[in-house]
Amino acid sequence: MHEVSIMEQTLDIALAKAQEQNASQIKRLKMSIGAMSGVVPEALEFAFDVVTQDTMAEGATLEIEMIPVKCYCPSCQEEFNPSDFFYECPQCKQIVYQTLAGREIELTELELTTLEVA
Amino acid sequence: MCGTCGCSDKNLVHIHHNHQHDHEHSHEHSHEHHHEHSHHHGNGHHHPKKQEKTVKLQESVLQKNEVFAQQNRAFFRDKGLLVLNLVSSPGSGKTSLLERTAFEVQEKLSCGVVVGDLETDNDAQRLQQKGIPTIQITTGTLCHLEADIVLQAAQQLDLDSLDVLIVENVGNLVCPASYDLGENLRVVMLSTTEGEDKPLKYPTMFKSADVVLLNKVDIAEVVGFDRDKALMNIQKMNPQATIFEVSAKTGEGMQGWYDYLVKYGVS
Repeated sequence: MHEVSIMEQTLDIALAKAQEQNASQIKRLKMSIGAMSGVVPEALEFAFDVVTQDTMAEGATLEIEMIPVKCYCPSCQEEFNPSDFFYECPQCKQIVYQTLAGREIELTELELTTLEVA
Repeated sequence: MCGTCGCSDKNLVHIHHNHQHDHEHSHEHSHEHHHEHSHHHGNGHHHPKKQEKTVKLQESVLQKNEVFAQQNRAFFRDKGLLVLNLVSSPGSGKTSLLERTAFEVQEKLSCGVVVGDLETDNDAQRLQQKGIPTIQITTGTLCHLEADIVLQAAQQLDLDSLDVLIVENVGNLVCPASYDLGENLRVVMLSTTEGEDKPLKYPTMFKSADVVLLNKVDIAEVVGFDRDKALMNIQKMNPQATIFEVSAKTGEGMQGWYDYLVKYGVS
């Protein structure tokens, strides 16, 4: 339910970067969203259309890359992707708590239209 | 998606001051206008050329809050405070837990509270009546507390006289999970009336817990609560969490929780 707020903060970062690059338009934004980030991608998309209105990102496409949870088992010293919310090591069956990925809420790419003096 | 929530409007956040009543709200409205004007060519100047460009980034969207949270952590550490972020669904018994806890540990620890709700300062009034220094934040539509707001509110309290600062977050097991407030311990509470599968429904929150409090054990039997299943769900979701089974109402099981707090709060 905090996706509107998350999207606003994402847009703030994107607009600042676009300005740094002298961009006139943001055409595409790409985000990485961890499966355990607590963020619902559909809600982000809904929020995106609303918050980009009247900004240079209006009409841009939002691309969301979901990042699966990756865990690390300290006993087996192996990385694994858990099959459910319980992070059980497939080898030793121990439940681990250390995650290497899956909590991201990141802005990873911007496609911009920039103006360069000919 | 909470389409009506629009839980982003920080302009509506209000910290209630205990002894003064100024209610000035400022609302800024900016309107950006984009106008394009065309003109005729022929006088020898060139327009800048449009270019497409892709920029790779790795920007954490919540970085602003994370920076504030780190600052809070340092600030609270310098004050010698143990800071708890208490989260649960609405109605799990957060305020009752705080009332009893602050009272029972008062000889060893002095507790203060920052409490967040969408509306009303009822919780703050309840706690203040028990003599617990409390500041209310009403968040308007914001469904969680953020680190900067918590610091502003906390500074309204006489922090030097406190050992423990408990932040009672907005009743919500989703959004607060993403926001570090600079706390030392995250305490997630569920009550027996909510069912034993609650940890499975809110994995992000339960995985982030340092402590899980299982409240309202006094009525577990009446509501048909499956204790073993609940404990298994919590442990499988978060094998690191310390679990206390309590009743904030009757005091059952609370001693272990007090001892735990005293251990962390005095050191």
